[in-house]
Amino acid sequence: MAVLPAFGYLPALGGQALSLTPWQDLLAQPGLARSVILSFTTGLVTTAVSVVVVLLFLAGVAGTRLDRWIQRLVSPLLSVPHAAAAFGLAFLIAPSGLIARFVSPGLTGWERPPDWQIVQDPWGISLMAGLILKELPFLLLMSLAMLPQLDPVRRTQMARSLGYHPTLAWLKVVTPALYPLIRLPIFAVIAYASSVVDVAMILGPTMPPTLAVSILSWFHDPDLSRRFMASAGALLQLGVTAMALLTWWMLERGIRYLGYRWVMNGHRRRGDAMLRNTGKILILLATLTAFIGLGSLALNSAAGFWHFPDLLPQGFTPRHWQHALPELSVSLITTLVVAIISTLAALILVLAALENEQRTGRRPSEARLQSAQGLLYLPLIVPQIAFLFGLAVVLESLGIRIPSVMVVFGHLLFVLPYVFLALSEAYRRFDPRWLHLAASLGTSQNAAFWRIRFPMLLGPILTAIAVGLAISIGLYLPTQLLGAGRLPTVTTEAVALAAGGSRRIIGVWALTQACLPLLGFILALGLPRLLWARRQGMKGTL
Amino acid sequence: MRSIFTLATLMVATLLAGPSMAAPAPDDWKTVLSEARGQTVYWNAWGGDVRTNDYIDWVNRQVQAKYGVDVVHVKVDDTGVAVSRVLAEQTAGNRRDGSVDLIWLNGENFAAMREHDLLFGPFARHLPNFSLTYPEHNPEVVTDFTLPTDGYESPWGKAQITFYYDSARIASPPRSIEAILDWARHHPGRFTYPRIPDFTGSTFLKQALLSLTANPEPLYAPVEESDFESVTAPLWDYLEALHPHLWRDGRQFPANGPAMRRLMADGELDLAFTFNPSEPAAAVDDFELPPMTRSYVLDGGTLGNVHFVAIPANSPHKAGAMVVANFLLSPRAQAHKQDITVWGDRTVLDVTRLDDPARKAFAATSDNPALPPRGALQTTLPEPHPSWMTALQEEWRKRYIRE
Repeated sequence: MAVLPAFGYLPALGGQALSLTPWQDLLAQPGLARSVILSFTTGLVTTAVSVVVVLLFLAGVAGTRLDRWIQRLVSPLLSVPHAAAAFGLAFLIAPSGLIARFVSPGLTGWERPPDWQIVQDPWGISLMAGLILKELPFLLLMSLAMLPQLDPVRRTQMARSLGYHPTLAWLKVVTPALYPLIRLPIFAVIAYASSVVDVAMILGPTMPPTLAVSILSWFHDPDLSRRFMASAGALLQLGVTAMALLTWWMLERGIRYLGYRWVMNGHRRRGDAMLRNTGKILILLATLTAFIGLGSLALNSAAGFWHFPDLLPQGFTPRHWQHALPELSVSLITTLVVAIISTLAALILVLAALENEQRTGRRPSEARLQSAQGLLYLPLIVPQIAFLFGLAVVLESLGIRIPSVMVVFGHLLFVLPYVFLALSEAYRRFDPRWLHLAASLGTSQNAAFWRIRFPMLLGPILTAIAVGLAISIGLYLPTQLLGAGRLPTVTTEAVALAAGGSRRIIGVWALTQACLPLLGFILALGLPRLLWARRQGMKGTL
Repeated sequence: MRSIFTLATLMVATLLAGPSMAAPAPDDWKTVLSEARGQTVYWNAWGGDVRTNDYIDWVNRQVQAKYGVDVVHVKVDDTGVAVSRVLAEQTAGNRRDGSVDLIWLNGENFAAMREHDLLFGPFARHLPNFSLTYPEHNPEVVTDFTLPTDGYESPWGKAQITFYYDSARIASPPRSIEAILDWARHHPGRFTYPRIPDFTGSTFLKQALLSLTANPEPLYAPVEESDFESVTAPLWDYLEALHPHLWRDGRQFPANGPAMRRLMADGELDLAFTFNPSEPAAAVDDFELPPMTRSYVLDGGTLGNVHFVAIPANSPHKAGAMVVANFLLSPRAQAHKQDITVWGDRTVLDVTRLDDPARKAFAATSDNPALPPRGALQTTLPEPHPSWMTALQEEWRKRYIRE
């Protein structure tokens, strides 16, 4: 449905014949090349930095109190919607932001904010920083969910007994085993970062913006004929994302070659301390930045007038919250209902699919299965706006016009791949000997699932639920386009109000949006601890 | 069991009755009123302003009590989203059961929807309250960016470019387009305009062009009929001179009017403008702008326009939508809307021609010092033909977006 308009076919707009005009229009857009390069590099750099930091951090974890504290601090960040984190970061680093206020006028002598281009810089640095804040927790959590099955403790113990220092030991013996397990989440990050819209609108360059932002503006252009060009742009975006993935794949090959030599070179201590501390410092920095950013949103949501060099507002007022309360309560319920239904539906589907795969012994390498999975990830990779416009048209043609059904279905499409990502590897790598043992004791397959597999995988399952809830709560376009705007969620309200630009109101809504999925996370973190309080070996999944 | 049966009957009845009730004759107002009762009108309107949202909520309570019509405000961040939706439905062949019943729009969006036959009408002239706008004396209520509305949209409110500044920092702000350039030279980095194609930013271009050109006449006809290059040359010369003195040296621009207001709030800018004359006063009340904020209009007047509501052709609740559009034009609703403590959006009614009790409702004036001085909004320049907006936007992007 996005493909046809890209070649000039959309009867409602008088496009009856196929042509290449949309592509010619697209290529004539000023700044197109720059937009494409921006999207491409954002996707790769964001992912590379996030992966390296997460691996370094995990390698340096030595079970100290600081480590555990960082870990506990990072996880809830996953649930903070991207837009909320981006708003927080923007207010932190802007020339009139918290950092500038902190050092002014004392250190800088600034009575007025300096005229510096920090947020929305033309190179996309602030955009990448904002994305990294959010992708770090995602990759970290994914890695933590996979780690237990690799038994990293014993692996490193083995390496250490050969004289390797701890961080190097981890990097050399655990990373090569861990990487394949988190490869799909990494691909999802590349796809997301190269096609993201909301964060790019807040932090990204503007003249020109990234490709995805341009596409969105063409789709919303009052000049309806621009939709042809927008559809062509959506296909181009698909190509850019595919290129980024391909480049990453080639980088992987290169690093595997070089990395192999590094692993085998036998150095046991060179750079150990530096590596350990870099990971820790970077992740700490990112986490603190994110939390201070959220804190500044909280400040804003209760602020009276706030003059520039002042670190705190002149006064506080509850009126922004009071005002939002009635609308908040209505949309909160909708948000939760949609999120819970779509996440549970996704979970059931994923568990059923994985269990079926295990029982029939089919492996993902089989071509048919692989292509089915490729389809599953499509919503993550295709630009949302093009995909959803097509989907809306399809559902319309089928005569499905019940907004609540369409919204839940739309959410399911986006929640499903993430739940699958969070769960599939842990599921497939589950040691089959447990089940063999159960079978030898006469347990049926169903009973084995409920009594052995399910409880032992409770950690990854809860992580998957938390991820699913967070994704669903953060979805904007699917809710808006498929629900015809009739199902106001916290996110759709937040985005609509953000258009008005009042930081006070953005503060109220972004904070609510951020706190909501947090509940899911607290459950995901807390439940295994509660349930397995007396089983030492099963507490460590999160 | 019985309730399920009732529900099923109801659903079938709605399915059967819905489309047949969808297109009442607008001139038979009694039938419109009776058909409207019990309908739910999904009103797609920009939701970025708390005051506007509250006003729409008030409208809902009023029409519920008076006409038995429910209004649901579907908040969109961009009117284009609602246009998209109607378009998607039309693409799929949904001609009678659309999801948008009323849409807040003007200018380009109206022109586009009209061009593609996405609107229902003509209906505006049949609304009983429409006559209070006295269109024969106020052509702006039936003209949208020079295009005749032909009854396909009903006027709702008025906007006009209004400048604002912090009087604690600036004693005398520039009062003309030429003076702004001079002022910017002396206050580098303290003025900017929203990034094109934002509509407030585009309006600044049109305002500047109108002030700089010797002969504004070609601007009121389609752009194809004149020599774009020579007509707009003074504008590009002006911008070349202005940009180096703008915020971020003119290499970056705020996304829209509200973003520009936020820069004012942060003290990054000293001078800004808005399309809603009461926005600065409202922002002071909300602790966003400094208390000493003042507003004014350029000498010789600024661009102004009317914003409208329209009904998509595939709306299933046209009667309800018409009742709402009519209520929006009632003196009570218009006076309430103009109240600065409510929203401060100016009325489209011809107040001088209203009868006494109705006129009194508008008499209440506000002494809020952040409002434009009384009489400032008297001189309104009419909007050029919409094709100019598109052409200016294209040219601007060609010139200023980096390759």
